Amino acid sequence: MERILEVNDLHVTFTTYGGTVQAVRGVSFHLDKGETLAIVGESGCGKSVTSNAIMRLIPDPPGKITKGSVIFKGQDLAAYSEKKMRSIRGVDISMIFQDPMTALNPTLTIGTQLMEGLKEHKKISGAQAKAKAVEMMNLVGIPNPEERLKQYPHQFSGGMRQRIVIAIALICDPDLLIADEPTTALDVTIQAQILELFATIQERTGVSIILITHDLGVVAKIADRIVVMYAGKIIESGSKREIFYESKHPYTQGLLHSVPRLDAKEELKPIAGTPPDLFSPPKGCPFTARCPFAMEVCDKVYPAPEKISDTHYVDCWLQDERAKRLLAANVLQT
Amino acid sequence: MLKYIFKRLLIMIVTLWVIITLTFVLMVNIPGSPFNTDQSSNATVQANLEAHYNLDQPYYIQYLLYIKSIVTFEFGPSIKQPNQTVNDLLSRGFPISFELGIITIALAVVSGVLIGIIAALRHNGFLDYLTMGIAVLGISIPNFILATILIQQLAVNLEIFPAATWRSPAHMVLPILALATGPMAIIARLTRSTMLEVLTQDYIKMAKAKGLSPWKVIFKHALRNALMPVVTIMGTLFAGILTGTFVIEQIFAIPGMGRYFVESINQRDYPVIMGTTVFYSAFLIIMLFLVDIVYGILDPRIKMHQKGGRSR
Ligand SMILES: Nc1ncnc2c1ncn2[C@@H]1O[C@H](COP(=O)(O)OP(=O)(O)OP(=O)(O)O)[C@@H](O)[C@H]1O
Ligand code: SF4
Ligand SMILES: [Mg+2]
Repeated sequence: MERILEVNDLHVTFTTYGGTVQAVRGVSFHLDKGETLAIVGESGCGKSVTSNAIMRLIPDPPGKITKGSVIFKGQDLAAYSEKKMRSIRGVDISMIFQDPMTALNPTLTIGTQLMEGLKEHKKISGAQAKAKAVEMMNLVGIPNPEERLKQYPHQFSGGMRQRIVIAIALICDPDLLIADEPTTALDVTIQAQILELFATIQERTGVSIILITHDLGVVAKIADRIVVMYAGKIIESGSKREIFYESKHPYTQGLLHSVPRLDAKEELKPIAGTPPDLFSPPKGCPFTARCPFAMEVCDKVYPAPEKISDTHYVDCWLQDERAKRLLAANVLQT
Repeated sequence: MLKYIFKRLLIMIVTLWVIITLTFVLMVNIPGSPFNTDQSSNATVQANLEAHYNLDQPYYIQYLLYIKSIVTFEFGPSIKQPNQTVNDLLSRGFPISFELGIITIALAVVSGVLIGIIAALRHNGFLDYLTMGIAVLGISIPNFILATILIQQLAVNLEIFPAATWRSPAHMVLPILALATGPMAIIARLTRSTMLEVLTQDYIKMAKAKGLSPWKVIFKHALRNALMPVVTIMGTLFAGILTGTFVIEQIFAIPGMGRYFVESINQRDYPVIMGTTVFYSAFLIIMLFLVDIVYGILDPRIKMHQKGGRSR
């Protein structure tokens, strides 16, 4: 399969008055053509910062990519000039934001906002742009496109606006779509419709998708692979099946337990405690303070990624051979 | 749209009527008359004069006569300069005052907005601190003090610009600078703060994510939204500039309408007071109306006529 994106050892920091926030601390993952990768994790773990770093949309100052590479179709975006990066944004990589109520400019018509990316990057006539805009409105399921293009954002509902945002993101036929919590601000029925729309679009255009969310229900519906982030690091990654049914990391397991299930009678068990302060992140496993299995070594040394299968990796001392032997011994003793 | 404009016109006329009536009430209540400063006139002469200008009539008749003169836009001769009609004074003074006011407004708005944008883009940088420091000075120094400083420094000491009158572009520099600095500073500060807020909005990030140039992000996406609060204070600023012209015209001996207005009040020259007041008020009301129209153009959510609503 063709490799679209490869993020290697990405580090992002924010310098503030209070000190330096190490928001992303060595994140690596990859994405193939036509694949949907979900990034999950608690609020503040660095999901948005990671995706903004790929787009190079980190506000600088205070943010900075201090280390790492973002290889998109063989080119390192982290080393691109700002001008060269502009020719990538919206054309090869597009982005969808969380809140459709604020993502559209209230003072410009939908048509203007839809076509401006196209006009900026491709040499096409006004009529061609209009035709493409109508085509996109049809694709995302907005009736009467011709007339709707002349309207302003306030004349559309939230779900409609998110469809428009998706149309804007797709109008230049990007290879990669980064959706940062695209359904969080919508109500449940609209959420389902938008997720369906993603599936349809991917089928038709073959676009690769990075989906950021803390809603595992959404992940279950459309992701192929999942990476789990915690305190600026990826602590487990694997196929959807591997993460949902064979997760190895205590944090991932806790996350799965904190998902409400329709069929389960048992109570919700959110993970107790809070993530560490990213101003001075611990040098060992950042989950130590909350982990029911924490060992002495956990606090001191960060666990190296352990390979479970070709697609399944986990950063946890429990997977270390020595820990396994120790556990087995403990079980025998009792 | 037509209905909206018609409604606005009606409101404007009512406003104007209120202003006229208030002016009349204030006018007849200022002690003194146009003639009692004139020592050569005796009682009979004064009575004759008053009769000539209908000042011996009961107030309600005088009031109706004023209304009539306003409706026909025929204010009659000035009492103090009987060889000139009020219309003569207005047509001579207005173009000069208008020139002074309009150039001031244009300068204040254009440079105020530009300075605000630059300060916002250089947030917490040197240019930000510099421009905002100057802006605070600009807001706190009254225009008549600034005018005297400018005259002292640039006209008397350095002799770069002429100190008074209104004859050539060089003559215009100092009065316009004195009058424009305050409003410019207010606009700059407001533009900066609204711009800073707008720049953090999602739609700005979205515009950047489309790969638009910084130029387009700022002028097409950010500025329109940032200008809306600026447009709302424009009415107040216009009023301030208008009253500012009275002072500036006095200081720089500019033969505009402001001088006639001020003099007419001091001399109880009733027709001139009425004529200039009506003229100033009408002008300001029309400007406010234009501001509202501009606001409607900037913000599509405030449409003069609502067609279609939100729908799913
Ligand atoms: N502009 C910024 N200045 C300072 N710190 C920032 C900035 N943006 C992000 N951070 C920090 O980076 C960390 C990661 O933030 P990020 O927005 O990526 O979280 P997230 O995983 O997307 O969370 P959420 O689910 O709430 O969106 C946070 O601790 C946050 O405080
Ligand atoms: S490394 Fe240790 S603390 Fe971290 S998750 Fe594994 S067992 Fe828990
Ligand atoms: Mg986020």
